[in-house]
Amino acid sequence: MADVTLRKVIKRYDEVEAVRGIDLDIADKEFVVLVGPSGCGKSTTLRMIAGLEDITDGDIIIGGDVVNDVPPKDRDIAMVFQNYALYPHMTVAENMSFGLRLKRYPKAEIKSRVTEAARMLDITDLIDRKPKQLSGGQRQRVAMGRAIVRNPKVFLFDEPLSNLDAKLRVQMRIEIKKVHQKVRTTTVYVTHDQVEAMTLADRVVVMNHGRIEQIGTPNDLYHKPATRFVAGFIGSPAMNFVPCRLEEVGGRLNIRLTDRIAFPLPAARAARYQNVARNEKLILGIRPEHITEAKQHTEPGVETFDVVLDVTEPMGMETLIYFMLEGIEVCGRVNPNAGARDGAPLRLAVDLNNMHLLNESTGVVL
Amino acid sequence: MASTAIINKAAPTRAVKYGSMSRDRKWALRWSYFFLTLFAIFSLVPPLYMLITSLKSSAEISAATNPWWVFHPTLENYIGLLTSNQFLRFFWNSALVSIFVVTITMLISVPAAFALARMRFWGSATLATGVFLTYLIPDSLLFIPLFKMFAVFGDWTGIQLINRWYVLLIIYPTLTVPFCTWIMIGYFASIPKELDEAAIIDGASWFQTLTRIFIPVALPGLIAATIFAFTVSWAQFLYPLVFTTSNDQLVLPVGIITSLIKGDVFNWGQIMTGALLGAAPPLIIYAFLMDYYIAGLTAGATKG
Repeated sequence: MADVTLRKVIKRYDEVEAVRGIDLDIADKEFVVLVGPSGCGKSTTLRMIAGLEDITDGDIIIGGDVVNDVPPKDRDIAMVFQNYALYPHMTVAENMSFGLRLKRYPKAEIKSRVTEAARMLDITDLIDRKPKQLSGGQRQRVAMGRAIVRNPKVFLFDEPLSNLDAKLRVQMRIEIKKVHQKVRTTTVYVTHDQVEAMTLADRVVVMNHGRIEQIGTPNDLYHKPATRFVAGFIGSPAMNFVPCRLEEVGGRLNIRLTDRIAFPLPAARAARYQNVARNEKLILGIRPEHITEAKQHTEPGVETFDVVLDVTEPMGMETLIYFMLEGIEVCGRVNPNAGARDGAPLRLAVDLNNMHLLNESTGVVL
Repeated sequence: MASTAIINKAAPTRAVKYGSMSRDRKWALRWSYFFLTLFAIFSLVPPLYMLITSLKSSAEISAATNPWWVFHPTLENYIGLLTSNQFLRFFWNSALVSIFVVTITMLISVPAAFALARMRFWGSATLATGVFLTYLIPDSLLFIPLFKMFAVFGDWTGIQLINRWYVLLIIYPTLTVPFCTWIMIGYFASIPKELDEAAIIDGASWFQTLTRIFIPVALPGLIAATIFAFTVSWAQFLYPLVFTTSNDQLVLPVGIITSLIKGDVFNWGQIMTGALLGAAPPLIIYAFLMDYYIAGLTAGATKG
């Protein structure tokens, strides 16, 4: 049980700066997910917390102690690796108890801890097997068991589900969440999968190019992204970005997408964007679920427009539609009964109450 | 058999496709049997000839009879050698040298390989290549400078190592350590990095990581290296020929030659018997360790 703090942490390999000054406060018992594309520095950050990588500069504090120069074994952390990293010559029980045996815990204590962890992870029947005789999901459970029996201050997960097939991944995701609900240990979890990040995390840390783009709850990131990167990274299908500019027509603020299409902004948005320069190059960010088929009664802030669809993807409970706007492909989600067909015209509604306006050059959400 | 069954079944419908595929495989099989047989004959004829000759009396060997047949089989060569204190002494020296050399080699090369494979220190990659390069220098090139070194060492310190069997314990590792280190570097490098990271996080020291994770996981490699070290030290000829001369210091390969060839008189029967008996221990060790080696492989020791 401990909080983890990173202060201006930098990691430099020869000439490459992998992590460029990270500040992060992780509260006790919190489940924090580091997410970002490959090479964004998230794994390096995790490994620095583990002590597997030295930090070039800054401070890492676990449970109030600066651990910059503390070797991994004295940091009281446990780590689950992507490829499980089970000891192939040991049985499941031996794998789980290895750390405790090194620390010379009494035999009875080891046994009870292993039994308890095995029960929690539902691997009691596998306790005498070798890793080779286990499936991917079972191996991942053992790897988690090995972390749990140590009862560490912090759990570190390094893309633990990447080697599993899609179905198992969903199952293990729930399993990890359940374990965290039971054990309540501070957890840092690294993944490149935004769905994993959203579903597991108390707070998500979005990283890019060795920097933190945004820290927030999954809902915050989804609804109030701070930058274009976060807006585009979180959510699937991804947010649409359409170049636009603001114009004032008869005292009302309009957003113009094309020569043909311009919408009046809802009052709240108009007030918010009042000070944005009219000649600034802007981007309209709008999530696919806010582009739907037009309905009889339109809410305030919902504007309609006509398009010709390029492609439709029926998903069952909804149909994804794709159409071009100023040379940019835009995705929307319509009701399967809305009559969306490949190449057919359709009247759509865009909900501007949920729009985002971004500065094109800085990528900052205004 | 299985392949013919498939041909017969499939013949009416897809004769060409199936037929040509398994015909290819059949020919490949025939060729491999042909060459394997050829090779087996090639390598088994000399020991067979040794066995035949070892069962003959000196008189029968020198008589102009069919050399591939024993007309009056006798065990007199075996009895002669196995009751000869001198021969048993050679055997004992060889065993002693080999066991010590294997032990010394493993004690040096396993930790060395671990350090070179895993502890990233300045110049470790260069050092690893250097280790291997030393193995490439042939012993026929090294024995003169080595002899000179030991002679000088003896002059300086008064510790006489030449013509002592234990001088071989210093010399053989110059052959075995580099090669075994190289083998073990390869095996250790194939162990996923996460495995030692997991061990480190679990609280293992470097030494514990080596003894409790790396050695058990790389056991097949360790056995391969052991077999190699044993074979090299058991069969080494040039070094003991140069460095040991007294009868009580000789190892088996040199002992057989020096004691059983008197001038131009070759005691063929006993030479063959001695060579055959000398080949027995490696044979037994191979037979035993090969099983273990394969068992180690199938236990899935390498996949993390």
